[in-house]
Amino acid sequence: MNEEYRGVWTLSEVREGRIHPVSYELLAWGRDLADTLGVPLSAVLLGSGVTEQAPELIVHGADQVYVVDDPNLAHFKADSFSKTLAELVNRHRPEIFIASATSSGRTVMPVLYADLETGLTADCTELGIDTKERLLLQTRPAIGGNVMADIKTPLRRPQMCTVRPRSKKPLPPDRSRTGRIIAEKAVPGSLSSVMKLLEFLPEKNVGAPLQDAEVIVAGGKGMKKGANFALLEELAGLLGGSVGASRTAVDLNWAPYSSQVGLSGKSVTPKLYIACGISGAVQHLAGMSAADTVIAVNTDPEAPIFRVADLAIVGDVLEVIPALIGRLKS
Amino acid sequence: MRIGVLVKQVPATENVRIDEETGTMVREGVEAELNPLDLHAVEEAVRLKDRLGEGTEITVISMGPPQAQKAVRAAIAMGCDRGLLLSDRRFAGSDTLATARTLAAGVQKAGGFDLLLSGERATDGETGQVGPAVGQILGLSVLTFVSAVESAAKGSLVVRRAVEGGHERVEAPLPAMLSVVKEINTPRLCTLGGKIRAKKTEIPVLGADDLPIPPELLGLPGSPTKVVKVSYPQITRSGKKVAAADSLNGAVEEILSVLRGRGIV
Ligand SMILES: Cc1cc2nc3c(=O)[nH]c(=O)nc-3n(C[C@H](O)[C@H](O)[C@H](O)COP(=O)(O)OP(=O)(O)OC[C@H]3O[C@@H](n4cnc5c(N)ncnc54)[C@H](O)[C@@H]3O)c2cc1C
Ligand SMILES: Cc1cc2nc3c(=O)[nH]c(=O)nc-3n(C[C@H](O)[C@H](O)[C@H](O)COP(=O)(O)OP(=O)(O)OC[C@H]3O[C@@H](n4cnc5c(N)ncnc54)[C@H](O)[C@@H]3O)c2cc1C
Repeated sequence: MNEEYRGVWTLSEVREGRIHPVSYELLAWGRDLADTLGVPLSAVLLGSGVTEQAPELIVHGADQVYVVDDPNLAHFKADSFSKTLAELVNRHRPEIFIASATSSGRTVMPVLYADLETGLTADCTELGIDTKERLLLQTRPAIGGNVMADIKTPLRRPQMCTVRPRSKKPLPPDRSRTGRIIAEKAVPGSLSSVMKLLEFLPEKNVGAPLQDAEVIVAGGKGMKKGANFALLEELAGLLGGSVGASRTAVDLNWAPYSSQVGLSGKSVTPKLYIACGISGAVQHLAGMSAADTVIAVNTDPEAPIFRVADLAIVGDVLEVIPALIGRLKS
Repeated sequence: MRIGVLVKQVPATENVRIDEETGTMVREGVEAELNPLDLHAVEEAVRLKDRLGEGTEITVISMGPPQAQKAVRAAIAMGCDRGLLLSDRRFAGSDTLATARTLAAGVQKAGGFDLLLSGERATDGETGQVGPAVGQILGLSVLTFVSAVESAAKGSLVVRRAVEGGHERVEAPLPAMLSVVKEINTPRLCTLGGKIRAKKTEIPVLGADDLPIPPELLGLPGSPTKVVKVSYPQITRSGKKVAAADSLNGAVEEILSVLRGRGIV
């Protein structure tokens, strides 16, 4: 009966009415998997007034897009989204269904897999196909990054997982690609939600939300005073990044709590993390050691942050950062 | 109001081992503690009880080896009223779905709750899937990444959810399942009185035969995911050290070459 399940699906993410770029990263993973298996790659798009954006998913690698465009789906809700997805999965039977490990992906997929009684692998950083067994091979870090586990779902379908944002680059957009856009319907019972979104309270941050940022320029007590955070904002602006902070800097009111990185703040996984005047306490490392690349600037050659740094600059941030900004501007 | 809290016992040390044969964690002989993120779920339950007053009762539920009763007692010491341990060799090797099924059956045995709380994720398995899956199996309103419970009364609640770029305020009917993030509160330390009460509290234990789940849906056989291989990556950072005092320009050049190498400039 597993043979009835064919094809690779990705779940597109819509935020504030627009397709979020993590959706294109998923399509890059999905394209590899679908080509290896020799099956079509389908993107699923749920939202309100989103149909006109569906061609973007084709441009980024999908062969077809299943769209459920309905006012009830204007905002993400665990129940209406999972019920609608369950209907689509039961109708079309994909063998693989992947979503981003974002707050909505990490909410809807656990509800959906429990409903479908299949397997779900969390926060994968690598995906492949075991061609002999025709199985999805899912690799994920666990236990604070101390272990990498390879996980399979041999018997149940679809094989489901969430994928860590920024674990793959989107394919370059190809405007000559063609594909099918399929308008799907869901029953009213699936589209309805018991939840009501009352309000969205945005954070007042520079740049992208920290969890989405490709580059984070973070400051600690070594920045000496709050006004010096303007340097970090300028650098972040030049690198297309966002500003983060240690708890000490937040406690001193140099930065808002929403920018705190670490055990009692946010866990971030940017491509590049620049730690400026941050000592590298374990509670801080807990939030940023999964960054791809770490540059640290600190006057203390023994600062613990240097143990997780790819590049350790022993020096005064108030000299190094202005000099770097100067070079980037020229 | 009846409140339930799910707590997991996790290895306290970093030297966790995985059984290469079964791909599951070796728990024997490893020092264990209550999952640090679950302390926030317990704390929120106790605060809700303080707020709602008379008639609110908190039950802590854990699935794990017999030693996991320690985690249950730690939660009772913080102010929970009762505990329940689900323990049986046949639960061993459960993935998140089998774990969620077992916990959901335990919740039903305990009589069900208006509000069920879990941590955001366990520090060992780190999937964050168990809470929402239990909620779905029991047909509860599922609310994840909860950073504040604004109100909980008259069959409905209002919570804040921490999402990318801000917070959502969401209203949902009870019964509900909430997985909470660490910013929700600062957990209290338990008092001596609490510890004594926890020590004296009897913790009932239920096994596979006490739950209405067919054996093929429990433990390793009931787990759709299989860990087929584990490896221990060394977090290798090149750790090149450059002194800006020697040459400020040199240091800036080093940074620029990393930025170029990573395609950032
Ligand atoms: C339960 C708990 C939770 C916590 N959660 C968090 C958390 O989420 N996030 C977090 O960050 N912390 C957290 N902490 C706090 C953490 O333990 C540290 O106290 C904090 O991270 C230190 O911040 P810092 O590095 O900015 O300051 P410090 O440790 O004071 O370090 C300042 C650094 O700046 C360097 N420096 C000084 N002058 C200069 C200069 N001119 N140029 C370059 N370098 C300079 C110094 O050498 C030093 O290394 C937590 C602590 C506890 C107990
Ligand atoms: C290296 C490795 C990787 C794994 N990857 C996956 C995977 O991708 N998918 C999968 O399905 N399984 C996976 N597992 C199995 C999984 O770790 C176990 O099922 C585990 O019992 C529960 O998952 P968790 O630790 O991720 O808990 P989480 O889902 O992170 O826990 C969230 C919350 O649920 C509650 N909770 C969790 N477990 C219990 C419990 N036993 N008793 C009471 N409350 C609990 C707690 O409140 C906790 O804070 C993996 C195991 C290993 C060793």
